[in-house]
Amino acid sequence: MKSLRKFIDKNKPLFQKGGKLAKLGSTFGAIETFLFTPNHTSKSGVHIHDAIDLKRTMTVVILALVPALLFGSWNIGYQNGLAFGIERSLIENFLFGFMKILPIMVVSYGVGLGIEFIAAQIRGHEVNEGYLVTGILIPLILPVNIPLWMVALAVTFAVIFGKEIFGGTGYNIMNVALMARAFLFFAYPMQMSGDAVWIYELPTKLPVDGFSGATPLAQIAQGTSAKMASFHDMFMGFIPGSIGETSTLAILIGAAILIFTGIGSWKIMLSTVLGALAIGFLCNILAVNEYMTLPPYYHLVMGGFAFGAVFMATDPVTASHTEKGKWIYGFMIGVFAVLIRVFNPAYPEGMMLAILLMNVWSPLIDYFVVENHIKRRLKRDKMKGNT
Amino acid sequence: MLKVINLKRGLDIRLKVDAEKVLAASVEAEKVALKPTDFPGLVPKILVKAGQEVKAGDPIFFDKYNPEILLTAPASGEVLAVNRGERRKVLEIVIKADGKNNSAEFVKADPNKLSREEIKEVLKKSGLWAFLKQRPYGTVAKPESAPLHIFISGFDSAPLAPDYEFILKDQSSAFQTGINALAKLTDGKIHVGIRPDQANGFFSGIKNIETTQFSGPHPAGNVGVQIHHVSPISKGDLIWTINPQEVIYMGRLFESGKIDFSKIIALTGSEVVSPKYFKVIHGACLSNLLKKATRQEGKERIISGNVLTGTQVEADDFLGFYDQQVTVIPEGDYYEFLGWAMPRLNKFSISHSYFSWLTPNKKYKADSNLNGEERALVVTGQYDKVLPMDILPVFLMKAIIAGDIDKMEQLGIYEVIEEDLALCEYVCTSKTEVQSILRQGITLMIKELGN
Repeated sequence: MKSLRKFIDKNKPLFQKGGKLAKLGSTFGAIETFLFTPNHTSKSGVHIHDAIDLKRTMTVVILALVPALLFGSWNIGYQNGLAFGIERSLIENFLFGFMKILPIMVVSYGVGLGIEFIAAQIRGHEVNEGYLVTGILIPLILPVNIPLWMVALAVTFAVIFGKEIFGGTGYNIMNVALMARAFLFFAYPMQMSGDAVWIYELPTKLPVDGFSGATPLAQIAQGTSAKMASFHDMFMGFIPGSIGETSTLAILIGAAILIFTGIGSWKIMLSTVLGALAIGFLCNILAVNEYMTLPPYYHLVMGGFAFGAVFMATDPVTASHTEKGKWIYGFMIGVFAVLIRVFNPAYPEGMMLAILLMNVWSPLIDYFVVENHIKRRLKRDKMKGNT
Repeated sequence: MLKVINLKRGLDIRLKVDAEKVLAASVEAEKVALKPTDFPGLVPKILVKAGQEVKAGDPIFFDKYNPEILLTAPASGEVLAVNRGERRKVLEIVIKADGKNNSAEFVKADPNKLSREEIKEVLKKSGLWAFLKQRPYGTVAKPESAPLHIFISGFDSAPLAPDYEFILKDQSSAFQTGINALAKLTDGKIHVGIRPDQANGFFSGIKNIETTQFSGPHPAGNVGVQIHHVSPISKGDLIWTINPQEVIYMGRLFESGKIDFSKIIALTGSEVVSPKYFKVIHGACLSNLLKKATRQEGKERIISGNVLTGTQVEADDFLGFYDQQVTVIPEGDYYEFLGWAMPRLNKFSISHSYFSWLTPNKKYKADSNLNGEERALVVTGQYDKVLPMDILPVFLMKAIIAGDIDKMEQLGIYEVIEEDLALCEYVCTSKTEVQSILRQGITLMIKELGN
């Protein structure tokens, strides 16, 4: 490592102010600080700092996504096998799927990080770590058949218009990964919805007889819920769907990591679930159609609900910033996700829109929480004045 | 009635090494200095010249904007120099101590028999007034005002802080006299906050005070936190605070008519060979003290004060006016290969993404490395976990950065000074300079609304 350090130190002046390659300073800095945590020391205020930083935080989130990624890889192979009647072993299924995800990930990271580096360079800032997580989230919420050029286009749109124009990581209003998905969903609905897109090669090859490839959400929306997978299969994730969203179990492992490390907000996860259950029960009571009779807990294992609640709603930048606000924010996501699913047949998956909607609302929630806090403080002052 | 307040939020950073409860042989300082920079917002008018002989308690400088706030010589001797920095700002007034400790003569009297004005007069003339600080803002108290209450924290909960029970013992008579003097300055009470285990300690023998117990991690010992839970500061309220050792100065003055600024400080930190307690005076040159006690490898950071709020000093610098400990930790100017991905078993963190939660009794060696780079705020809810006050720290910070005075007021800027939010700065994932932002806000408040 010493020789690597020496090499960096030797070339550093080139990239600093006045150096020949000063224009690539941010890029150099990003690589340097990735390899070595910098030697910066406290200049004002506290003399010691906690060992946590943004790189560590993002690393933990990526770690929490690994179970969903692994399962998603396997499930691509498994679903493909089901559709075409091919028998594969567990490892073969996994490898089959992984080879399909890999290009999507490469495009996502390549395009996204490229834009991040350029944006940082233009501003003369350090490269932020935000995209490390976004870059893996995006492949996990797309269907496996997505054309790579669409991935590139969506990433470009989301990173530039979802984040960079606001100032980069920490300043964006809406979740960047969901921006990418929403962009594709509205721009290219053919590739983002329907029964065929979720299983590799299904749109081009003829499946075995009677195989439809529809997700459980589509089935219940079409009123063909008799064919729907069992709760167990949906919980485990043996169903068609976006790459990383199908297995509630794998997502729960990720949730456990996020909650234990304190990096994901358990308040948001819990309140999202509570919101969905509450509105689900209400639907049951008022049920006028088949969808409304669906047991509320089914919503938790169907579609992108679990993935959204654990990895998307908890994005600290776009979620509510106050602790009380987080309860309201999460609850409303759960409510809207189910409402959109049940009452709007054009959008079988309500989670994405629910989260984006609440992203926009979260500053308003915070505003009221803070105003309430101020009112309480004023009341305290008044009470004191009377005694 | 004994009040007990349990504070849940906060953090005890487990550092090496606490001072051993032994008072080491005294180390004479050859030089002492007064540093106007120890007093935020004070503009000094110097009253002495190099070469002039002074006694302890002789005037050295006063505040240009509050001429009644006078600072006096900590020891007798000859004024060596008035050192100035950029734009002729006075950095320090250095006195060569003659070791005789001759004191100027002041009134010797039982404070119970003196009037409020007489006590104020003595405190102002002797320079002891500067030890009284006011809330809001944490500046030196205005002599013409009268506070609602006076607050004293009976313990220091900061990392490696000295144990007050140890440094105060055997001085209860002077402390009581000091309290009696302070009691004349307010129509309210003198509140003292103590830890539950101090219930039968030093303060139990003191009359004229109201004690409240505070349990919980740091910053439970911060006087600002204690005020918040006993008599929170609203707009227009005025509270004074003072440290117990400084109350003892006052007691000694009234008992003997003389100045005696000797106090006990703790020399702590992982780079100290034998961490102990030492008897010194404020402004004492640290070089003799450090020569004996530290590994002299030139890679240490010497802090007058604690690791959260102290001031970085050089080995031949002087002890800060209000400081009660000196901490020596390693400098952190090194690179660490893939540091963010490493297990880092030797680093302390509040986060469970490291492993210090597995070893609740282990103490850690912390250095001055930032452990990351400064970033925009991303993680939320972090600050709230270490601030046991009904305040939304992030929103207060944002109000300060926006310069929104109304919001700063509404969100509680009157209740906090830097030390209260120091832990927020410590835990911040984005390495935001919380204390410096807060001081900007306080400076703006003083500029716009007056002190």
